[in-house]
Amino acid sequence: MSRGNTMLKEEKVFKDPVHRYIHVRDQLIWDLIGTKEFQRLRRVRQLGTTFLTFHGAEHTRFNHSLGVYEIMRRMIEVFKGRPHWNEEDRLLCLATALLHDIGHGPFSHSFEKVFDTDHESWTRAIIMGKTEVNAVLRRMGDEFPREVSEVIEKTHPNKLVVSMISSQIDADRMDYLQRDAFYTGVSYGHFDMERILRVMRPLDDQVVIKSTGMHAVEDYIMSRYQMYWQVYFHPVTRSAEVILNKILRRAKYLYLNGFTFKQFPMHLQPFFDGDISIADYLKLDEMIIFYYFQVWEEEQDEILADLCGRFLHRRLFQYVEFNQHFIMNEWAGLQERFKAIGVDPDYYLVIDFSSDLPYDFYRPGEEEERMPIHLLMNDRKLRELSRQSDVVEAISGKKRTDHKLYYPSDILHTPGQENEKREILEILSG
Amino acid sequence: MLDQHVNVLSLLQTVGEITGRKKFQKIVFISKKLGMPFHEKYDFHRYGPYSEELNLRLEELQQFEFISEIKEEMAGYHQYRYQVATNGEHFLKTKGNNRETFEQQKNVIQEMNVCSSKFLELTATILFLEPANQEEIIRKVHVLKKTQNYSKADIEHAYAHIERWRQHLNKVKLPSEGRVSSSFDG
Repeated sequence: MSRGNTMLKEEKVFKDPVHRYIHVRDQLIWDLIGTKEFQRLRRVRQLGTTFLTFHGAEHTRFNHSLGVYEIMRRMIEVFKGRPHWNEEDRLLCLATALLHDIGHGPFSHSFEKVFDTDHESWTRAIIMGKTEVNAVLRRMGDEFPREVSEVIEKTHPNKLVVSMISSQIDADRMDYLQRDAFYTGVSYGHFDMERILRVMRPLDDQVVIKSTGMHAVEDYIMSRYQMYWQVYFHPVTRSAEVILNKILRRAKYLYLNGFTFKQFPMHLQPFFDGDISIADYLKLDEMIIFYYFQVWEEEQDEILADLCGRFLHRRLFQYVEFNQHFIMNEWAGLQERFKAIGVDPDYYLVIDFSSDLPYDFYRPGEEEERMPIHLLMNDRKLRELSRQSDVVEAISGKKRTDHKLYYPSDILHTPGQENEKREILEILSG
Repeated sequence: MLDQHVNVLSLLQTVGEITGRKKFQKIVFISKKLGMPFHEKYDFHRYGPYSEELNLRLEELQQFEFISEIKEEMAGYHQYRYQVATNGEHFLKTKGNNRETFEQQKNVIQEMNVCSSKFLELTATILFLEPANQEEIIRKVHVLKKTQNYSKADIEHAYAHIERWRQHLNKVKLPSEGRVSSSFDG
């Protein structure tokens, strides 16, 4: 489909530290990048609170989205002229790759939990609503925004296109693993993407990998596994996330209970009321959130002020491993002891769970939900990756979970009520 | 504390037993869409709406020994049966006694539980595709769920169920969504 699109007179390039250059040749893509909704992504970090653990992790949804677009563009170059690939889907793929995260807000994870929103719904709303993005997409036809939205929602009938942006080996993951590794400075996220791109093939309703590329895919799966446990679930990052979540809950609680803020949080009012328009949503970015945190650090409410100070100045919660014994035997006592020393356990005693399933495949009759990675063998037959790779087989279907209990260690070491605090520390140390 | 875990546990206690992971997933999704207090995030997957978060929640509840998952060998596949374990009952009594127990939504949830998972997959898919109009939804159901071969009668049946469940729940007071939870929420 090229209706409504022209090629730029001169190719535009973005210098990118991960992919070297990002190439834009289509007017449609150039115009989408120029919309205010896409430019807002410059003000939303890709990794939320991770910058408090890895100080380099300041990259944004903007450069990740450009990266996903670039990988998709390269994937399409490999697919061009091959059976099963329809060149008419090119712009649908490119626009989807670019816009797949357009609905992310600041610190999406915490926001979604506290305000019961969902960035994918906002992505669809921004694409389908009265926005600059929608106006640019509509130049391709009235149905084009809906098609882009359906690919992101995974309800588009063209499953090949859906799998290029969301599957166990897709353009989105290939960008964020490399980008997050680069900006955090860790060595785990690296794999040979050039090799993977060279061996990717379109086939009916999925992307498959030539069997000769199996080792590059093994590397990719393992690097994903490492990134989850070393970066994404890092306990310090989780601690920051826990505090962020509690700040938003406290602010919402205060608002709903008629608290008079020194500086009324007008940008958050629609979220507190649960009546959010697209315009309200797009006004939020991390700059606004940090502004309120700075203001709230001076608020009368001690809990809100303390939590904001902790987040801004990185005075995070300490943690211990949490287990079933704890929940059945110690939990109620621990909460009571926190109350006795004047610390509200609702805000200062938090259980956090992390879980990851590095790779999975369908099992007949069960509701396993992940589209497996298929290798294209020399005899043109398909084999599921874990049947062929011992490395992948070893981690297939193996979910790893981690439970931690977060608490403010500093409070437990201040003078006053020493006996009660000692008891708490004894329980926490098991 | 652990509000979302308590909700899943309470739902299971309300129906006694749920057979099949798919059925569990769809019952929670449909309940959520009907306004019950579930906050698990759902995406559209191979069998319709599916939540990795709920999957994790069930795993945690097993690790805490609050629910039991019994794996049964069927002809050519496995099936999972879920029940509240003794620890879970104890937990609900001591920690969850001020929580919603879905007493008023009981009939609706029980009715879902006796439906087949194939029918719940259809119902959940329809709810996922809302607010599109009925004609559009039916067209998409036929495209997305081609292998399930849902008939016109199946689809009418699903819409009738949704309507009846909505009407029933409109008559009962749903839990307040404005309440600030004290639970884990990460």
